[in-house]
Amino acid sequence: MTDLYQSQRAMRAMRKAAMQRGVIAVLDVGTSKVACLVLRIDGPDQFRASDGVGPMAGQGTFRIVGAATTRSRGVRFGEVDTMPETERAIRTAVQGAQKMAQIRVDHVIATLSGGDPRSYGLAGQIDVGGGPVTEQDVARCMAACDVPPFGEDREVLHAQPVNFALDHRSGMGDPRGHMGNTLACDMHLLTVDSKVVASLIHCLKRCDLELAGVASSSYVSAIASLVEDEQELGAACVDLGGGATGLSIFMKKHMIFADSVRMGGDNITSDIAKGLQVSLSTAERLKTLHGGVVATSMDDREMIALGGEETGDWDRDQRTASRAELIGIMRPRVEEILEEVRTRLDAAGFEHLPSQQIVLTGGSSQIPGLDHLAPRILGQQVRIGRPLRVAGLPEKATGAAFASAVGLCLFAAHPQDEWWDFEIPTDGYPARSLRRAVKWFKDNW
Amino acid sequence: MSQVGQGPRDPAPSRLAYRLQRLMLTPSVRRGFVFGLPASIMVLIGVLALSDQDRRDAMGLWWQQVKTEIQSREEFMVKLMAIDGATPDISEDIREILPLDFPMSSFDLDLAQMQATVAGLDAVERADLRIRPGGVLHIQVQQRVPALVWRNPRGLDLVDGGGNRVSTILQRGARPDLPLIIGRGADRAAAEALELVAAAEPLNARLRGLLRVGERRWTVVLDRGQRILLPERAPVGALEQVIAVDEAQDLLAREVRLVDMRNPRRPTVRLAPEAAQSMRQIKMIELGDD
Repeated sequence: MTDLYQSQRAMRAMRKAAMQRGVIAVLDVGTSKVACLVLRIDGPDQFRASDGVGPMAGQGTFRIVGAATTRSRGVRFGEVDTMPETERAIRTAVQGAQKMAQIRVDHVIATLSGGDPRSYGLAGQIDVGGGPVTEQDVARCMAACDVPPFGEDREVLHAQPVNFALDHRSGMGDPRGHMGNTLACDMHLLTVDSKVVASLIHCLKRCDLELAGVASSSYVSAIASLVEDEQELGAACVDLGGGATGLSIFMKKHMIFADSVRMGGDNITSDIAKGLQVSLSTAERLKTLHGGVVATSMDDREMIALGGEETGDWDRDQRTASRAELIGIMRPRVEEILEEVRTRLDAAGFEHLPSQQIVLTGGSSQIPGLDHLAPRILGQQVRIGRPLRVAGLPEKATGAAFASAVGLCLFAAHPQDEWWDFEIPTDGYPARSLRRAVKWFKDNW
Repeated sequence: MSQVGQGPRDPAPSRLAYRLQRLMLTPSVRRGFVFGLPASIMVLIGVLALSDQDRRDAMGLWWQQVKTEIQSREEFMVKLMAIDGATPDISEDIREILPLDFPMSSFDLDLAQMQATVAGLDAVERADLRIRPGGVLHIQVQQRVPALVWRNPRGLDLVDGGGNRVSTILQRGARPDLPLIIGRGADRAAAEALELVAAAEPLNARLRGLLRVGERRWTVVLDRGQRILLPERAPVGALEQVIAVDEAQDLLAREVRLVDMRNPRRPTVRLAPEAAQSMRQIKMIELGDD
């Protein structure tokens, strides 16, 4: 535990160094694509108040100066599978972004969509003895949380204090300085498979990049796609990615649950490839150009040429399929993914939240007709979300597929307080026991 | 059918290409390539070219040649000297102390030094030198005007109102129009002497000269050996006082040798010995013998 604490602190120090230098890269290693964005941190004085541009959602402080995307290779279910291939894909993306930005980047913030994330809710409570709550007290309170036994080979990715309560007052954002007797905190802990993180870090090391932070892709795509009200009132974000579908629940601007389904767009593609007897690349093309999930009578008559195989067999190359057939293949898989998401949300107790808003984002959320299919499974309050617009983002990187990349930018510029950002609790120093002795005397005489 | 054994092109850069690109994007390396490398090549070429002694000499020679060629152009040549405001003998002196052999380049003329030389002449009060278009060195001279004749141990000199020596004359008769001053340091008090001469205008016919005594006070010398001793301070007032007494009572027409005004509160008159004798006899007659 302390080992991870130290490594996360080291990453924070690295991030600070990158901010000082003013250049940091964000890297989204996904199953279908690798995206790299180079951020230039301008500091808070980029806009004057007279310009009429305030720090909107904290985006005023950075600008994207380089962006590159490449097809991902060697990644399955959001986890690094073939390391040399992944490394080459990362190199391609980073080199393209550097070339566009004409800046060398050394620090990179990466995201992780696989690794079987598991959420834990932690609670801790300490006695602060009526005095004002200090930073030390907050740190002690968080240290007092009883960590669940999540296993040897798991690593903590996020540990965010989501709520503080002082005596009977709950829902405090910042308890420092308040008077009270009992300080309690709720913490959301997200763990992932440590092997998955280690292999990603190893890939980045082989590209001469320093890791300045890791974030869960479910978390960062929610930051980019949920509007502020949704984050405040409670909403779920479903990131329909290529290899894995991430989902996260937000409440009062804090992530309170995250999970991931090991299914995504690639499964749809392979279904099409199997069903129509075509190659994976043809299936991907058919999915993106002609795909859909709601069939109409028109689709029975629209014949799609499957061609492009160049097998030499004329009859095979000239095959066609109706669009209704394609939809008939895609729909069950999309339904399955959404059903699985529903199951996970139910398991997390999403139905008990006051707001039932669900936002679909990610590359697969662009399937036509999803806005008709999703409400049948997920409930009425579903919308398709696109990521926030940030300064300098190229037009081609503004789509839903870049939700987690954009979210990483926001995360890089304005990270949320995590457990390791607070002071280390200094327990057991002599003054404490002395004070306790004095208190005992006061109480008894 | 697609070609066997040749898969799709790999867009990924090799590790070496990736590292080289990152190296090139490093600011210091980049700056070195953009500025440092060309600058060092230029410096290297210069150093190699100048390391040969013969080439350096040739360059120096060539530079001198170009310089001389430009300086000796027709437009920069000075062909003659014109002197204004000087008498012929003084202009002769100026031509003598400025030994210039025309035509010569105006770059070779040191006007400041030449002006100092010309102004160093006794008879010249100030000199303005300039090179006029057309290659003429024009010297405008303002001569000193003699105001007094000063007799000193070396002879007779003419001095102007400020006491500066103008020239030497051989005899007093050469300039009878100028008043005479005598004595060491008399030239330094020339301005005061001129004031006294102006004040002594009623005595003009009888004035022989002014004698500077002990470099501190004046004595007015008249004919018949009469002298007026003036004080150090306000000598003009004292002289005017004596002249006023003279006009009222004909003081200087009498047998008076000396009027001593050195102490203004106690003017003293010395009579000639015969006059003093006669005066005594007259007194004895008036008062009776014994």
